Amino acid sequence: MTTNDVLIKVEGLKKSFGEIDVLKGIDTEIKRGEVVCIIGASGSGKSTFLRCLNLLEEPTGGKIFFNDVDITDPKTDINLHRQKMGMVFQQFNLFPHMTVLKNMTIAPIKVLGISKEEAEDRAMKLLERVGLADRADAYPSQLSGGQKQRVAIVRALCMQPDVMLFDEPTSALDPEMVGEVLDVMKQLAKEGMTMAVVTHEMGFAREVSDRVFFIDEGIIMEEGSPEEVFGNPKSPRLQDFLSKVI
Amino acid sequence: MFDNFFEIFYDIFIKGKAYKLMLDGLVYTLVIAVFAVLLGIILGALLAVCKVIPQKNIIAKFFNSVANVYITVFRGTPVMVQLLLFYYGIFPRVMRGYEYKALIIAILVFGLNSAAYVAEIIRSGILSIDKGQMEAGRSLGFTYSQTMMKIILPQAIKNILPALGNEFIVMIKETSVAGFITVFDLTRATRSIVADYYNPFVPYFTLAVVYLVLVMVFTYFLNIFERRLRKSDH
Repeated sequence: MTTNDVLIKVEGLKKSFGEIDVLKGIDTEIKRGEVVCIIGASGSGKSTFLRCLNLLEEPTGGKIFFNDVDITDPKTDINLHRQKMGMVFQQFNLFPHMTVLKNMTIAPIKVLGISKEEAEDRAMKLLERVGLADRADAYPSQLSGGQKQRVAIVRALCMQPDVMLFDEPTSALDPEMVGEVLDVMKQLAKEGMTMAVVTHEMGFAREVSDRVFFIDEGIIMEEGSPEEVFGNPKSPRLQDFLSKVI
Repeated sequence: MFDNFFEIFYDIFIKGKAYKLMLDGLVYTLVIAVFAVLLGIILGALLAVCKVIPQKNIIAKFFNSVANVYITVFRGTPVMVQLLLFYYGIFPRVMRGYEYKALIIAILVFGLNSAAYVAEIIRSGILSIDKGQMEAGRSLGFTYSQTMMKIILPQAIKNILPALGNEFIVMIKETSVAGFITVFDLTRATRSIVADYYNPFVPYFTLAVVYLVLVMVFTYFLNIFERRLRKSDH
């Protein structure tokens, strides 16, 4: 396997907020086309880990390589690399003063510099794929939670990213809307998108992921295929966690 | 006092053609208020951003201190004193003899003064926007300033529009001291009418009504504008 197959490489990643050490040294890699689910108890640092990957949280130590570039180097222009890292948030974070279409096209037009026609064409195709083409002119406040999150996903996809980061994408949704969002994510995984997903949906993690990380006490305490992690957990912490959530 | 009010009013404003002076004054008052508020909003937005940028490096800290000093000074001294200082003290030789000098200085001073208040208004508007909006903008590859300009400020301005409208109302009335640096605004025009006719009540009463109507008309249009901006909120 050449180094080119590694999309994200994390070395000794540390993050502390004041006195509290949230991440205490994480080493791992995410390969192209791989779907990684990150599980763990609340407060374990799994969201912080994900948010460090595109530097929404600035690491206090360690290095992160994305496409072989050290993005933690202050000389790196992080904005260039964030264009290639889509992110989906728990609270959707759609822009409330813009229509769905404008939400999706503003970054491709202003950041990537593509034409309005091309951006809208791209956006409409994506909206069709998630069944929301008829909502292109709606404002976010007119959408249901599940629709909002599907728009948030295609907004990120409109930038044609190399990787998609999902930060608990279904945690703020009513239960009956979780399925529609997970379906979109499953489809995306099937198409070969590289994905890192922080989730409490163990069914999704088991079904879709190539690898599962169990983060606890600021480190990746256990990782492996879903069969290994869910079927044969080794550490007592993971056994205990699984017994509570499944 | 109201005996013969309309007779006197007719004598002064219609027969004596004082309405022309009032109209001249009205134009000056509106020009000062509009341009000063525009200047105040632009400069105030810059100051507000200086105050909310994350204090990560020395440059950010520098801009933050500049904004703080600016706001302290301009909010801490009377606008009347600022007018006199700028017109007679700081720029006595600049644009000497130019007929619009006083007007330009008045716009500048009222704008600089207003910026200090508008900065605090806009800052609170920016802070009222969920921090997820900044994160979403940054995650799409926008720079901090692009996110501020395209995502945060448009929403912030919408939230603070009532407060900005209030600032304009305050400004319309505040310009009444511009006469002290020779600007022929509404109040100054009225003072000259009073002097011409030795009658203070009718002209000043009329002046008060003119200010009141100005403010009421503006409030009406502001309400319509606000309702249209709320379109995306249902």
